[in-house]
Amino acid sequence: MTANASATDEIRLELEGISKIYPSVVANDSVSLTVRRGEIHAVLGENGAGKSTLMKMIYGVTRPDAGEIRWQGEVVQVANPAQARSLGIGMVFQHFSLFETLTVVENVALSLPDKPDLETLAQRIREVSERYGLPVDPQRLVHALSVGERQRVEIICCLLQDPKLLIMDEPTSVLTPQAVRKLFDTLRQLAAEGCSILYISHKLDEIQELCHVATVLRDGKVTGQCIPADETPKSMASLMIGKELPVCQHGAPEQLGEARLELKRLTQPSTDPFGCDLTDIELQLRAGEILGIAGVSGNGQQELLYALSGEKPLLDNEAIRICDQPSGRALPAARRLAGMGFVPEERLGRGAVPQMSLAENALLTAHPDGMLKRGLIRFDRVSAFAAKCIDDYNVKCGGTRSVARSLSGGNLQKFIMGREILLAPKLLVVAQPTWGVDVGAAAFIRQRLIDLRNQGTAILVISEELEELFEISDRIAVIAKGRLSPIKQLADTNIDEIGLWMSGMWQQDEASAEVSHA
Amino acid sequence: MLRLEARAESSALMSYASPLIAVVLMLIGGLLLFSVLGKNPIEGFRIFFINPVSDIYGVAELLLKATPLMLCATGLAIGFRANVWNIGAEGQLIAGSICASAVALYFHEQEGVHILLLMLLAGGLGGMLWAAIPAFLKTRFNTNEILVSLMLVYVAQLLVSWLVYGPMMDPMGFNFPQSRLFGDSALLPIMIEGTRLNFAFMLALAGLLAGYVFMFRSFFGFQMQVAGFARDAARYAGFSAKRMIWIGMLSGGAMAGIAGMSEVAGPMGQITEHVSNNYGFAAIIVAFVARLNPVGIFFASLLMALLYLGGEQAQQYMNLPSSISNVFQGMLLIFLLGSDVFIGYRLRWKEATA
Repeated sequence: MTANASATDEIRLELEGISKIYPSVVANDSVSLTVRRGEIHAVLGENGAGKSTLMKMIYGVTRPDAGEIRWQGEVVQVANPAQARSLGIGMVFQHFSLFETLTVVENVALSLPDKPDLETLAQRIREVSERYGLPVDPQRLVHALSVGERQRVEIICCLLQDPKLLIMDEPTSVLTPQAVRKLFDTLRQLAAEGCSILYISHKLDEIQELCHVATVLRDGKVTGQCIPADETPKSMASLMIGKELPVCQHGAPEQLGEARLELKRLTQPSTDPFGCDLTDIELQLRAGEILGIAGVSGNGQQELLYALSGEKPLLDNEAIRICDQPSGRALPAARRLAGMGFVPEERLGRGAVPQMSLAENALLTAHPDGMLKRGLIRFDRVSAFAAKCIDDYNVKCGGTRSVARSLSGGNLQKFIMGREILLAPKLLVVAQPTWGVDVGAAAFIRQRLIDLRNQGTAILVISEELEELFEISDRIAVIAKGRLSPIKQLADTNIDEIGLWMSGMWQQDEASAEVSHA
Repeated sequence: MLRLEARAESSALMSYASPLIAVVLMLIGGLLLFSVLGKNPIEGFRIFFINPVSDIYGVAELLLKATPLMLCATGLAIGFRANVWNIGAEGQLIAGSICASAVALYFHEQEGVHILLLMLLAGGLGGMLWAAIPAFLKTRFNTNEILVSLMLVYVAQLLVSWLVYGPMMDPMGFNFPQSRLFGDSALLPIMIEGTRLNFAFMLALAGLLAGYVFMFRSFFGFQMQVAGFARDAARYAGFSAKRMIWIGMLSGGAMAGIAGMSEVAGPMGQITEHVSNNYGFAAIIVAFVARLNPVGIFFASLLMALLYLGGEQAQQYMNLPSSISNVFQGMLLIFLLGSDVFIGYRLRWKEATA
């Protein structure tokens, strides 16, 4: 079966010469795009290429400054998302907008224009979820759902309004490889029934597997259109980033040094009612190696990071040893003093102060680097450090005086990574090192992490991107439901095994192993 | 219809324009108030805002009144920048004045520079002690510093009442609730002959400068600003939240205590029940009108001092109660809060959609 089988010639959506100009950046520059009935159409591009802006204009969140949107042949002005939905356009955002304390059916009811009867609605949800292979119990509370299930709820919200076009914004970034399979089946079924799908992603292999047509954006312009099935990831990458996909030089770790981070039976109940308790986490990380921790978000990563950084210290001082010092009860300042660097998941508001300049944000954690004299700030040193960081990590910004919040997520991420790496810590704990960063810069950051490892730093990376962990880690483990899996040498495992473990499967393996021993 | 719409980015222009708009609105409000009360508004404006500063004596009075405001507002601003909400500068000012007075009365009929220096020290420490209570309760038991510091104002007022009716009462004072008059060595020297302006004004200017250096040049000031902007970022960077609270509360207390000392060792020359003129509360308004910036505090203090003087003039020449000052202060704060809305929002004319 060829991928094109379900697509027909009937044109559903046509964009012509769409431009959107923001004060500092041209987000879209006369973009044209045609989506046919029953077509899965990929919009491919790096972060900041203008994909999201384009989708927001189709969905009525913002309006184009120039150009025309034609919906089933007629010119339309999409004023707001409600109008988009009434036209038959649905969108599933990257970040979900569900109320955790409400049930699935209540959440769905809130997204519908009229006030439906909850009983009949629950019945309709069951029908839709059965028909499209999206199993969800309408009466469950959302906070008890996994990320994949939440995404299904969002998709069901759209499907209940019989969309003719479904926009999916980076839908797989939060899913396990197995859940991705299921999602693809659903999307293919939808397309076969005539629904068009706009699929936004920067993951080339997914697009190749799923999409009929791809439109590639770079710097707000269309740089090409292709049939993904006829292309190689290499050729699509060169359309997307204008050059070949860079590859990291990994190489085996050199001499392993002393233990820099040891966790012994780290157990900590979560303070958040919807959080995840940490149970008996053990690991040892030595100088000169990178340990990757995979997992679907919400399985204890946040709690583990808070415990490691000292923002939520433990009661048991021996549960964490940093550079051979008992540090379970130590506060963040003491841990930094012991030689730890840390990059949190939230960049804005935690890793950086939104209202402050990049120079001041350099001062935030780099102040031990000779930036103070008798309690006063040496602004020349601060600016020099910030400038070096901006320069080395190619941070796109107005200069050291730009405020953090004016940067795009990816650029701020580069700055924060740069800041922590430039401090040459003995131990570096990183959450999502390349979150929101474009492909080229991501490869650069990964290479810097590997270089840092080769200089003898111990690095712990917690990421939801499996490919990334497989690219940079020396050893890998999975966190699921607050427990840590056995740690494997990268050579002894593969993506499928780790993907399975992400749903907590190793615990069953262990349990059955114990039974067979008995 | 008009709609309030969130701005994508808060407006820097508006954050500086807002205090000026508030002042203009306060003036307009004042003119309206005068006409409603049956007074000629132009005449009222002249008496309220021009008369008080029409001669050198008036200007000296203005600076004298601005002195405690500058001191208190600078100390408060240091805390406010870190979201440490010390509302009790009034009480800390009284506590400072009590301690300074105790020193002055202890050294009664003695001479020497050490008396004034000790009074200054005692004033600062007294204010800090009073501010340390909410700081301790906040850091130890997570109590709300707004409530505790505010309630301690009333404790301080009752304490000074008790003192001037009891232990500190002037033995030769015909049972008036006031202390002895301080000796010359316990009084701040006068800066301009023929006026009441004393060297506490220089102290206030030094305080503004020190506040500026602390806020914009020191690492502690930076840490406190980070804590004020983004608490999670402060915690991530390892800045101690408790230390922020202590520094914020104690600097407010110390400055207010010194302001209390400058009152008893300055224009009052003794301690009475009415040692503070609401300076501690007015300083909160000053700090916010000044956008928590020492340069702004200088000008906002002068404005607030003018409102005090204008109220006295209105009482003398227009038959209005002197509490008219409080009305003006209140208007200033209300209009400031109102126009501050437009830092984050803007008005848009929207066609009503059918």
